[in-house]
Amino acid sequence: MQDLGIRVLFEGKNLIRLLGGLWVTLRISLLSAAISIVLGILLGMVMNRKNPITRAITRVYLEFIRIMPQLVLLFLVYFGLTKAFGINLTGETAAVIVFSIWGTAEMGDLVRGALQSIPKHQYESGKAIGLTQLQIYCYIIIPQTIRRLLPLAINLITRMIKTTSLIVLIGVVEMVKVGQQIIEANRLTVPSASLWVYAFIFFLYFIVCYPISRLSACLEKRWKN
Amino acid sequence: MDIQFISKYLPMYVEAARLTVFIAFIGILFSVLLGFICSLIRYIKIPILHKIVDIYIELSRNTPLLIQLFFLYFGLPKIGIRLSSESCAIAGLVFLGGSYMAEAFRSGLESIPNIQRESGLSIGLTKMQVFLYIILPQAVTVSIPAFSANVIFLIKETSVFSAVALADLMYVAKDLIGLYYKTDEALLMLVMAYLVILLPVSIIFTLIERKMRYAGFGNQSSF
Amino acid sequence: MKNDEKILEIKHLKKKYDDTVILNDININIYKGEVVVVLGPSGCGKSTLLRCINGLETIQEGGIYLNGEKISNQDKKMHFVRQKIGMVFQSYDLFPHLTIVENILLGPIKAQGRDKKDATQEAEKLLERVGLLDKRNSYPRQLSGGQKQRVAIVRALCMHPQVMLFDEITAALDPEMVREVLDVMLELAKEGGTMVIVTHEMQFARAIADRIIFLDQSRIIEESTPQEFFENPKTSRAKQFLNVFDFEVVKHSDSNK
Repeated sequence: MQDLGIRVLFEGKNLIRLLGGLWVTLRISLLSAAISIVLGILLGMVMNRKNPITRAITRVYLEFIRIMPQLVLLFLVYFGLTKAFGINLTGETAAVIVFSIWGTAEMGDLVRGALQSIPKHQYESGKAIGLTQLQIYCYIIIPQTIRRLLPLAINLITRMIKTTSLIVLIGVVEMVKVGQQIIEANRLTVPSASLWVYAFIFFLYFIVCYPISRLSACLEKRWKN
Repeated sequence: MDIQFISKYLPMYVEAARLTVFIAFIGILFSVLLGFICSLIRYIKIPILHKIVDIYIELSRNTPLLIQLFFLYFGLPKIGIRLSSESCAIAGLVFLGGSYMAEAFRSGLESIPNIQRESGLSIGLTKMQVFLYIILPQAVTVSIPAFSANVIFLIKETSVFSAVALADLMYVAKDLIGLYYKTDEALLMLVMAYLVILLPVSIIFTLIERKMRYAGFGNQSSF
Repeated sequence: MKNDEKILEIKHLKKKYDDTVILNDININIYKGEVVVVLGPSGCGKSTLLRCINGLETIQEGGIYLNGEKISNQDKKMHFVRQKIGMVFQSYDLFPHLTIVENILLGPIKAQGRDKKDATQEAEKLLERVGLLDKRNSYPRQLSGGQKQRVAIVRALCMHPQVMLFDEITAALDPEMVREVLDVMLELAKEGGTMVIVTHEMQFARAIADRIIFLDQSRIIEESTPQEFFENPKTSRAKQFLNVFDFEVVKHSDSNK
């Protein structure tokens, strides 16, 4: 029975369809990650300002977004926005919006932390050798910040990819949905299809995320000192 | 906003929230246990086991909980292992949480400088005593921030349990939206329910961390 | 102070990390009540020597004997040996999660299984002697470097060791705190404690030592009394080493002439 099961993956266009589903997942997560990283850097810099009003606003935004499960945020945008403003969002658009909002909050916090972790004497010794404010940022602060930030930002990408698995629950046709369709279509001929299909999807996620998290871990180790 | 609707279906949310909290509590408890055991196995490098633990941790950290759950709930019955929604949810959460907790403990253990071990040995303690009285208490304190971040992360992850037919908060909200099209009310109650669960946890952990930092525990950078 | 009872014997000790030889053919006898100071340029292996004696490092050749019993490379019973050999490290290595008195009592109670009341009494007496009784319930982070180092000495003493090893214990201290730590050691020496000291404080070495051992390039180069070593070093390497601590007057003013 199990020999039969694994064949379901290679029958007809099943493999291509699953990989196509993976591409949908990756497209959404990489797009969201890119938006998050750009907006997150801006947010982090804003959060580092001393202005109490911007501080309060960004803080509430950050805390709310980070405390809510991403699936709840997804529901809020997908069902809530549609109802409230009559905008009909596709699941994919809703996903990109939600993951960007969430990712921006995460990235913003990372950027803020990285900026704050640069010791004050780094600014001061920059000044002491006669650099301008801009030069201090370009040559001293930003290179050090990037070293702290890059591993964490890469790590955010794997989190984004894993989180994107949720979009099947608002009906986007991605890898899991394709998998379910394949299982459904073979319900009678290959009863053990679900075991193989889900194991395969599990494996695909691993194949995608593992190298990225290794890269992040390696960079972090290399730049530790 | 339909207040009557809210008051009518509030009990459903309370019930679902209770279930979410229950599953999260059990799941996190076992995650801590599993994570602790895994980090110990890696720390003392038990020959074959520590390779297995390494593989488990990579698998668990690089795949989404949702897929792990689908595999457990829809895949495993095909080889004769049939789990209820509840046990499936708990198993999935522990599989995921164990690796996160293991990493939290590991970074705690690694943060203790070697000189602490050596000075423990130099006053004649056995390796076991050094671990119990010197390394472990410090490592646990150091890992509290990572540990609390993981607890909140795991509670949030419970939101996907509706996918394996567990009647949790998401399940109820989706039901109400589908049945009555009371989207605003259903979503408001959903957000409120998660805030009621997560906000106190988050505040408590922030307070504990602040207190720990004040006590200067685990702050070894002083030499 | 010294008598003829041999406590510690090191015979033909050789220590390597991979292919790098750290210590080569080291032979030292240490007698009861003797204070031996090990000097030498950094990287000569002095600290490694102490770590070998305390069993923190395995050795490749030779042996170390305490009261005639072999203690080198004895992993199983090493914790019993370490109860008889106290060691104080360069970094203030107190346990940050325990109070001062708990730091001191951990060894006597857990390792030696002594009565808590007796041990506490003794710990307090020792703390009083080093002037830190009022800190008994403080945590290490509330103490200065010099105070922490004095506690570390008390922690080792409370185990009633037969030999005490001191590994550059003032090297990480601010200059004004060095004295208070050295004074504690001088007093121990006066009372007849057996000590092996690695230090960079030359004046102190001269004052406290019964014997100086000069290590360079992983070997013992010279072994003599402090007077002889500091006034009449036999080898050119020892002379060179001692010269490092002398400064020529750069700017001659009249008052200097």
